[in-house]
This record gives sequence, C-alpha cells and structure tokens, in this order.
Amino acid sequence: MIPELGHVALIIAFVLAIGLAVVPMWGAARRDVAAMNMAPSLAVGVTVFVAVAFALLAVSFLQDDFSVAVVAANSNSLLPPIFKFSALWGNHEGSLLLWVLILSGWMTAVATFSRGLPLVMVARVLSVMGMVAVGFLAFSLLTSNPFERLLPNTPLDGNDLNPLLQDPGLIIHPPLLYMGYVGLSVPFAFAIAALMGGRLDASWARWSRPWTNVAWGFLSLGIMLGSWWAYYELGWGGWWFWDPVENASFMPWLMGTALVHSLAATEKRGVFRSWTVLLAIFAFSLSLLGTFLVRSGVLTSVHAFAADPERGLFILIFLALVVGGSLLLYALRAPSVASRVNYSGVSRESLLMINNLVFTVSTIVVLLGTLFPLIMDAFSLGKYSVGPPYFNAVFVPLMALVMPFMAVGPLSRWREDTTRRWLHELLVPGLGVLVVAIVLAFLGSDDFNLWIALAVLLAGWVALGVVKDLWRRIATGVDGGLTWRRLTPSFLGMTLAHLGFAAVVLGAVVVTQENEERDLRMAVGDVETLGAYRFELMSLGQQAGPNYLADQAVFEVRRDQELIAVLVPEKRRYSASGQIMTEAAIDARLWRDLYIALGEPIGEQAWAVRLQYKPMVRWLWLGALMIGLGALVTAFDRRYRSQRSNVPAAQQGVAAVAG
Amino acid sequence: MQAKKFIPLVAFAVLAGLLFRGLSIDPTELPAARLGQPFPDFAQTELISGRQISVSALAERPALVNVWATWCYSCRVEHPYLLTLAEQGVPIYGLNYKDEPAKAREWLAQLGDPYQLNVSDVEGSVGLDLGVYGAPETYVLDAAGHIAHRHVGVLDEAVFKRDFSRWFPAVAPPAVAAGPEGGQ
Repeated sequence: MIPELGHVALIIAFVLAIGLAVVPMWGAARRDVAAMNMAPSLAVGVTVFVAVAFALLAVSFLQDDFSVAVVAANSNSLLPPIFKFSALWGNHEGSLLLWVLILSGWMTAVATFSRGLPLVMVARVLSVMGMVAVGFLAFSLLTSNPFERLLPNTPLDGNDLNPLLQDPGLIIHPPLLYMGYVGLSVPFAFAIAALMGGRLDASWARWSRPWTNVAWGFLSLGIMLGSWWAYYELGWGGWWFWDPVENASFMPWLMGTALVHSLAATEKRGVFRSWTVLLAIFAFSLSLLGTFLVRSGVLTSVHAFAADPERGLFILIFLALVVGGSLLLYALRAPSVASRVNYSGVSRESLLMINNLVFTVSTIVVLLGTLFPLIMDAFSLGKYSVGPPYFNAVFVPLMALVMPFMAVGPLSRWREDTTRRWLHELLVPGLGVLVVAIVLAFLGSDDFNLWIALAVLLAGWVALGVVKDLWRRIATGVDGGLTWRRLTPSFLGMTLAHLGFAAVVLGAVVVTQENEERDLRMAVGDVETLGAYRFELMSLGQQAGPNYLADQAVFEVRRDQELIAVLVPEKRRYSASGQIMTEAAIDARLWRDLYIALGEPIGEQAWAVRLQYKPMVRWLWLGALMIGLGALVTAFDRRYRSQRSNVPAAQQGVAAVAG
Repeated sequence: MQAKKFIPLVAFAVLAGLLFRGLSIDPTELPAARLGQPFPDFAQTELISGRQISVSALAERPALVNVWATWCYSCRVEHPYLLTLAEQGVPIYGLNYKDEPAKAREWLAQLGDPYQLNVSDVEGSVGLDLGVYGAPETYVLDAAGHIAHRHVGVLDEAVFKRDFSRWFPAVAPPAVAAGPEGGQ
C-alpha cells in the first residue's frame, strides 16, 4: 500500500507542476494578478507532494519491502539502517526522485524569499522552474517509476547496496551535489524571466546573484566530497580522474564560476548583460547535459547508472526543448544594443572578462574531452577516449593563466584603473613571494622543483592580493585605526573563496609532485621506511562487520621512535554480493597523509601492501571547502535583503505576493 | 535581431545532433562485423616475460580477453573478481592497453595476477584492431578462437552469470558467507 500511495503523491505533484508551469505564466502574459499569485502556493504544493513520495519510498527502504523493485535491487535486510536510507539515492530511480525533491525545495525557497520582488518576476521564475519540474516528474513517472513492484515474485532478500556506496561520504555527497546542480536552475529561471520581461538590468542580476552563489557553493562542496570519497574509498589514493561523470559535475561548476563573476560585473556596472544571461542558460544546460550523460549510457563510466537508451532519448528531447527554447528566446529577445556603459582596458571589468574567457574556454575544453568518444564515433573514426593526459595538458595551463589576474582583480577599480597603481600595490610583495617560492621549491625535495615553485608563486600571489585587499579595507578607520565596517559578507566570502582556490592549486601540485608510494610484500614483523616514517606490520586478523567479513592488518607508524599512529587497513568481502572492497587506513594531518591499502594476500602470512606518503593532499579539500563556504557566506550580504527599495516604482503596485 | 545571437542556438543544435547519434550507437555493443570473427592477429611482447607473441599464444579456449590498464580505476574495482574467476579455472588473457609496462607489472605484483599472459599493447594497435572503446572491456574467445561476446565496463558476478556463463558452465557461484538470519 505504501508504494502505491507514494506513486499517487508523485502523480499529484506532477499535476500541480503542470499548473505551476502554465497558470502563472499565462497570468504574467495577461497581467492577471490572481493567476500570478498562485505561483508560490503551487510551488509549495509540488514540494509537499514530492516530499511525501520521497518519504514513502524511504519507508519502503527502511522496512525492507523487497516487493518494490528498487529496494530489492539496492538494499538488503543486513544493511545498516543509515545505508538503507541512503540506498534510496544509490540508484537511477531514487536519485531522480531526490533530484525532483531538491528542485522543488529550491522552488519553495524562491517563493519564500522573493516576496520583495515584482510579482511578474516571481510568477515567471517559479513558472519556469515548474516547467523543469514537469519534465523531470514526467521522466520519473514514465520511464523510471521508483515505486514499481515485483509482484507476485517478491524476492526474500535484496541484492544489497553496492559496497562502494556503503560509506558516510556517499550519504551526503549526492544531496550536496544535486543542491548545486539543481540550484543552477534558479539563476536560469531568473535569466529566462528577465528575457521574457525584456528587463535585463542590474536589478535582475542582483536578484539572482545570491541564488547563484549558494548553488555554486553547494556544487563546490559536492564535488569536493566526491573527490575525497574517491580518495579514501577506491583504495589507491587518487583524487581526480577526469571520469565522464566527474566531468559532468565539473562543467557546470566551471560555467558557474564564470557566471558568479559575470553577475558581479552586471550588477555593479551594468556591463556584460547579454553574456551573463547566456552564461546562466549555459550553466543550467550543462547540469542537464550532465544528467543526460550519466543516465543515458552514451559514455561508459563506473559511476554511471544502468544505461537505458529510452531514458536517454527522453532526457535528450527534454534537453532540446529546455536549452533550444532558451537559446531561441535569447536570440530573439537579448538586447541587441551594446550597453552604453564604458570601461577602459585596464579596469576590474576587463579582469572579470579574462576570468570569464578562461573559465568558458576551460568548460569547452572539458566538454570536448568528455564528448570526444562520441565525436569520433559519429564520424566513424573508431572508438576512442582521451585520457587524463589530455585534460591535464590543457586544463592546468588555463588555470595557471587565470591566477596572475586573480590577485589584481579584488584590488582593481571599476571603470578605469592604471597599471602603475597595480604595480605600486603589488610589485614589492610580489617579489617577496617569488623569493619564497624559489626557496620552498628547493626545500621540498633534493632537486629544484619547477612545478612547486610555480605553484607557490601563483598561490602566494593570489593570497597576497587577497591579504592586501583585506588590509586596505580594515586600515581605513579614523586616525589610522582599524575598522571592520567594510568587511561585508560578500567581501569576506570572496576572500575566503579566493584563498581556497589558492589552497587547492597548492595542494594539487604538491601532492602530485611529492607523492611517495611503495608496493610491497609484508608479513607480520616486517618493517618498512618511507621518508621519515617507519611502518611496522604488527598483526593480521579477521573482523566481522554487519554485512561483511574483513581481513585486517594492524600497522604501527613511528617517527623518531615516537608512535604516530596505529593504522588498520581492511579488505572486506560483502556477504550478499560477494564483492571485495579495499578499506584504506589513513592518518590525516594538515601537511601530510599516511595512506595504507591492502592488496592481495600472498601465501598464508603475508599481504601485498601499498604504503603512501601524500604531502598537503588535505589542502585540496580544505581549499574546496573554503570556496564552497565562501560562496555560501556571500548570500548573507545585507544588500540582497533590502530588495524592495530597488524595485522601480512602476512595478511596486504588484509587488505584494501572497505566500 | 542580429544573426550572431543565433550562434549559441546553432552550436547547441550541432551538439544535440551529436548526442542523438550517441544514443543510437551503443558504446557497449560490439560492431557486428567483428562478432564471430577470429581474434585479430598481432605481434607484441608479453608483459612479464618480454617474449614476442602472436595470436597463437591465446591457445587455451574458451577464454576471456580482458582489456585493462593501470590508469583505469574501474579496472581496480574489477580486479578482485578476475582473481576469483582465475581461481575457478577460467583462462583469462590480458590486453594491457596503452599502459606503461613497468607500472603494469608493479600492479600485478601488488594486486595479484589473474592472467595466463598479458599482451602488452603500449601503442593501442591491438585495441584498435579489436575496436576497444576503453578499459575495462572483456571479450569471450570461443573454442574455435572466434570473438563470441564483448562486455564494456566492470565485469562482476552478476554480469558473468547473465552473459558469460554459457561459455563457462563449470564456474560455480562462490558460497555466501552469512545468511539472512544474521538479524538487522
């Protein structure tokens, strides 16, 4: 009964979403206040029924109802309850439901926090999001019904959740990632609404900026968690693979990065207006494209869900309607007159333009690399894929290219600036960073390492610009005193995110360059030294988990006789699937990780073991965390809350929205 | 209205066409022309011994030919199952695809070696003749030495039971360690 109720709730949500997609849009065209006023209630209605469907599916999982196909395929009675719950989104059908739930959550958030906006705008934004919801609810109901039953042949027990996904990281990684993915539908909807209304001005940019920043922040956090999970769960210490599914989330992030910066220019100076709209459309389109790539089976990947061409066709048609429709609207309605705002070649506008160029080119580069197998196939040139070498060769220089400008950006002035002033601000400390970079590169290893020198130089340079800017803002109090007044949330958020970017670059380069690893055969009592660390295998044993049996090895790690860590890597065999998993043991510190993974047993008393020393690998995720949190912080800026005062008088009349 | 504002729309149309074509070509499908054909001949070195080998080295049949590389992390996921299969008596030949031989040897030393032998295909030319899409991929070589089946992606027990067991009827599923009576 419960699954059927869930199915009904999903159908009701679908009907309400159709109402949301049609009625307020019609109202906006006819200036019908009553119709437009229905938008927030309809949005909340969709959310409630999707939430009910989601909760009922969760109940089926928790109650081990193996008559439900997705539960039987992805859960097991022995699975710990928390994983029974997260198994809900460890598969195509359930994760799609999560997608829709998060989309409707964003709709409700927009309905709640946009009361100060003109009614027409709110109606159109929610209606556009409603259209997206219609598409995904139809996708779920028609091709991927999560409530499908296996009757009368109900299995006695489930197939179990893929052991790779039985991990705390995977409980929160998909929801965070989807928050970002789906959140990009908000700036998209604002852009479409603005195009429809023909008002592409600063106020549109100001309204969508906080939403964009929050969505992009979640996307950063989601990608970070995915990378961290791969690092400790796949058991060999890699942290980024340029896998099609990783790229699927990375492309919207790159486009989002351009969008976040372009919106700043549009809001503050009214420049790049058409371009910003285009970026908003592209960022969400790439989210949809990612969904297509992951779920259609056109590209192979370990992350990919079960391939199904029928589903692929559905998303492709949906993609064509949404993206094609938006770009057609853009072509017809984007302002054809170039903005009258002038800025010189040396100004903050120009620097933001460089950011936009670099990140757009990076997106295209990753897109081409990801779709390369399809392109080759389409021209019958054989089945190929480009590997990580391509991505590294193209992507790394692009990031290095943008960093010199990153330090200058926050210090620069809008409209017109001088290179003399930039030199004055940054030359002397810049030389200092150069010296530090060279010295550190010698310290890190025996030989001079050019890559580390470059990374320290670029990251230090970015940090320098940030600190200079921070100081400039603080040290403007009266009588040379300090003032904190100018440290607004949006400034602090940007500062944090830029520092985070520098940390990611530093971590990535140092761990790639200075990583040490050794593959060994070790028996009890064997000792091995890696750098300053002495690893001793103390004992071997077995341990039974709730749904697996693990071989364990106990290692003691010492440095100068002092015990640093006891590490217990495992090799698990999961009972239901018979799958074998490597659980690496990691001693994590700010400056280095020690990483032990078990390979295969060799004879009775020995194992193949991989020991790794990974300097500064934590900086990657700390940096990404800073980027994500920084983006979230900016949304608390006061000026986003006092929106009503900026609404032109002509639209004030219909600004009150019933909620 | 300006023509250049249609550029994004046109670019997207091209992309959508490409994606549509992508849907109709299943990357996991063996090109029909190769199915039932003999395994393409090659002259490569064997990964461990370094001796020159040709297709005649793949003598024990039916057998699996597994395409793998150290840069492929799905291969790592797949590897333990290959070891299980080898233990159960399935002959497996490796095609070490576009890889560094030193790294590949280190991998086998650490993770265990399920392969009868490994064709070292550094340039990817054997892979090209075979129509390899990426790693991992697994082919079935039937008793006559013809390519009988192709699987793209990780080979696991479920896939083996479904698609491979008719060539290897002797492979028994491994005993399950714990029953459902283990409680919640």
